[in-house]
Amino acid sequence: MLRTIGKRLALLVPTLFGLSLLLFLWVRSLPGGPATALLGDKATPEAVEQINKLYGFDKPLIEQYFTYMGKLLTGDFGVSLRTARPVVEEFATRFPATLELTAVALVFAVGLGIPLGYWAARHVGKWQDHLSVFLSLGGVVVPVFFLAFILKWIFAIQLGWFPTDGRQDPRINATHYTDFYILDGLMTQEWDAAWDAFMHLVLPGIALGTIPLAIIVRITRASVLEVVNADFVRTARAKGISGQLIRKRYVLRNAMLPVTTTIGLQLGLLISGAVLTETVFAFNGIGRFLRDAIFYLDYPVLQGFIIFIAVIYSLVNLLVDVSYNLIDPRVRVQ
Amino acid sequence: MTTSGQTSRGGRLKRRGAALTATLAIGALALSACAESQREEGEAGGNDAAVDSTFIFAASADPASLDPAFASDGESFRVSRQIFEGLIGVEAGSADPEPLLAESWEQSDDGLSYTFQLKEGVMFHDGTEFNAEAVCANFDRWYNWEGVNQAKSVSYYYNSLFKGFADSPENAVYESCSADDELTATVNLTEPFAGFIAALSLPSFAMQSPTALEEFGADEVSGTAEAPVLSEYAMGNPVGTGPFEFVSWDSGQQIELTAYQDYWGEQGQVQDIIFRVIDDPTTRRQSLEAGDIDGYDLVAPADTAALEEKGFKIMARDPFTILYLGFNQEIEQLADLNVRQAIAHAIDKDALISQTLPEGTKAATQFIPDSVNGYAEDVAEYEYDPEKAKELLAEAGYEDGFTLDFNYPTGVSRPYMPTPEQVFSNISAQLEEVGITINPQPNKWSPDYLDRIQGGPDHGIHLLGWTGDYNDTDNFVGVHFGQPKADFGFENQELFDKLTEARGIADVEEQTPLYQEINADIMDFLPVVPLAHPAPSLGFSPRVESYPTSPVNDEVFNQIVLSE
Repeated sequence: MLRTIGKRLALLVPTLFGLSLLLFLWVRSLPGGPATALLGDKATPEAVEQINKLYGFDKPLIEQYFTYMGKLLTGDFGVSLRTARPVVEEFATRFPATLELTAVALVFAVGLGIPLGYWAARHVGKWQDHLSVFLSLGGVVVPVFFLAFILKWIFAIQLGWFPTDGRQDPRINATHYTDFYILDGLMTQEWDAAWDAFMHLVLPGIALGTIPLAIIVRITRASVLEVVNADFVRTARAKGISGQLIRKRYVLRNAMLPVTTTIGLQLGLLISGAVLTETVFAFNGIGRFLRDAIFYLDYPVLQGFIIFIAVIYSLVNLLVDVSYNLIDPRVRVQ
Repeated sequence: MTTSGQTSRGGRLKRRGAALTATLAIGALALSACAESQREEGEAGGNDAAVDSTFIFAASADPASLDPAFASDGESFRVSRQIFEGLIGVEAGSADPEPLLAESWEQSDDGLSYTFQLKEGVMFHDGTEFNAEAVCANFDRWYNWEGVNQAKSVSYYYNSLFKGFADSPENAVYESCSADDELTATVNLTEPFAGFIAALSLPSFAMQSPTALEEFGADEVSGTAEAPVLSEYAMGNPVGTGPFEFVSWDSGQQIELTAYQDYWGEQGQVQDIIFRVIDDPTTRRQSLEAGDIDGYDLVAPADTAALEEKGFKIMARDPFTILYLGFNQEIEQLADLNVRQAIAHAIDKDALISQTLPEGTKAATQFIPDSVNGYAEDVAEYEYDPEKAKELLAEAGYEDGFTLDFNYPTGVSRPYMPTPEQVFSNISAQLEEVGITINPQPNKWSPDYLDRIQGGPDHGIHLLGWTGDYNDTDNFVGVHFGQPKADFGFENQELFDKLTEARGIADVEEQTPLYQEINADIMDFLPVVPLAHPAPSLGFSPRVESYPTSPVNDEVFNQIVLSE
């Protein structure tokens, strides 16, 4: 087991190296340069030239790449061109926000998706089934930003049940230790702050969690249907084991295998989906920062963030495989 | 690590998780009740102030730097105007300079020395006294910058206006500063600079506490030349003499300021300011509608009527902008004055303004707004006359018209041009009317558009504009027509020389007739069609009784009047 993990981690190194090269070339091949974006409409050509010189963008690509990699290997992700702060710092202040949002989205997707999928499978062919298939299809088809916009318009602006944007009401004087606002609120017993932070997460969480929700519903449904018709379930039933026990111990547990994989894969998608959700809800996470970085061609941020996300994605994948290994004895034997 | 251990731990965790969820849910319900009661108490307790003294304003971005000397963007200046004050301020509602921390000043006969009499009893937020030495410390600080600090991307305004530094004194406009006594400071220049006083009203030249500058290493822009990192001062320790002092900056989220209790002037109703960073214009509008913010800048023209209808307040700034249609004379047809005049006559500015620009916008007859020195009454005006346009085209040999590239930016909103796509469509239709076929050239604003227009000759007619920084004519006409520029692709040495001459005159009164002449010349030569001076609008919640709108954005929140 440990060997497998070790091997996978070792493989990560060349993968990331390749990715960094591709990423570097791609980012630099984007049209235009960051200088005009930085200087705005009062930029003179000389000022643009000065900026390019200042940041070394006038040097040959290959030289720029090696300089960049050399720094990267020492943990130096460079400095954001737009905010003039170290990329690592920018990232560290925003990542908790995105993680909090992703967690809420995932809880929403899993918490609702598995029961809904199971419910559909139990009533296969009936209206319950059709309804859940219809809803999950809708979930996949509606774009995240559109859903985010609609949710906000109805529940925040028209009904006023939820805040429109941000992570916390600015009037609340909250203390922050971890930058996970709910956690901070609970830790410092500032219940008001924790509740407010939670309310700020509801709408973006739902918007972000809808696509994974739809996918989890469908996978759960298909998986449960497959297991229900499996031989061992039929045998168990023939043995006279109660329906509830069969469902719990035989069906659900076995059906959860593919669902686990799906949930793991959704995590990566959630982080990329955060770009749109965070934009609509002016949520100060890495998603919105990444969008700004694209807009301003903030090379160091773009490169650093994507590499970081790639690492997270790889680690999550590894975790999924490991947990798969733990849940299913057959995988372990192989 | 054993598998069975993991599984059973997992099981326990799951149960614990379920219990935790349930507890949280119950807790949350109880909390919401708590939170509400706390809020009610809070509001009841704060009643003696009569109004809610926290003012929340939506900023479209983080400030680039809290040290205004190293900033040139509007969002940085908006924050610094609350914290800092300069020797020179701006007369309310106008663009004209007036005394602020300097009570008065005298200019020497040769125009090279300015002696400032300073206001008495002014303190910086950190307890440092504001005096002549503090003034000189600031001037000397700018002048002695080295390395990265000299880059135009870092110290834009000092670079642009004072030209050189201590290590290149041959270019420098600044020479020295002396503290004559406690409250008298003399600044010496190396050459006459008529815009000096007006320039000092820019937030970049605000007075900062010498103690704090030193303590927090304001000039230590760390990192390397390739990658400058803001100083500790610029990231979170700005100290000025203004009505508000800095509290915190949560990057990407909000900036908090609070009233400075020992402020020398009127403190006003607002005690706490929160600048929330909301970059999306639609979200800003929605946040205002939902009551989450008290106000925001640059309301889209399409939103003003709807917001007003719902009871929100829209306030327009006096226009200090110019929106123009630029000609690129590298293009054969555009090099012909008749063609340029024809295009000018083909445009119905009033229709353009009523259909695409915010309320309060004025039609432009020349390149500068009427509040700027040198505005000329008698310039060649090109009234809307499509027949005349056709005649002029025929005269130029294009009776059947011709095809013209029209560059315009997309996905951007500027103070002088809230909706470029609409302005483009409107003008295109008018030009098609007189027989010019338009070949649309849309470009993403950042980073393509400016590169295309300013980087080389590969563009046709184009939309651009300018927002004045302070009341100085050179800041409008000198910047645009004082030297050859790829935007316009012409060489007009006579015009260049006149602008250089006007810039070198120390006395504003003497400058005025020359600038009037220059403005008339520009309209005869017609390098651009000045279209309009759009008025940027701000939107506020109904509780905002008044807001000190300023053409140059010199808006300090201690002057806001609130009703509840």
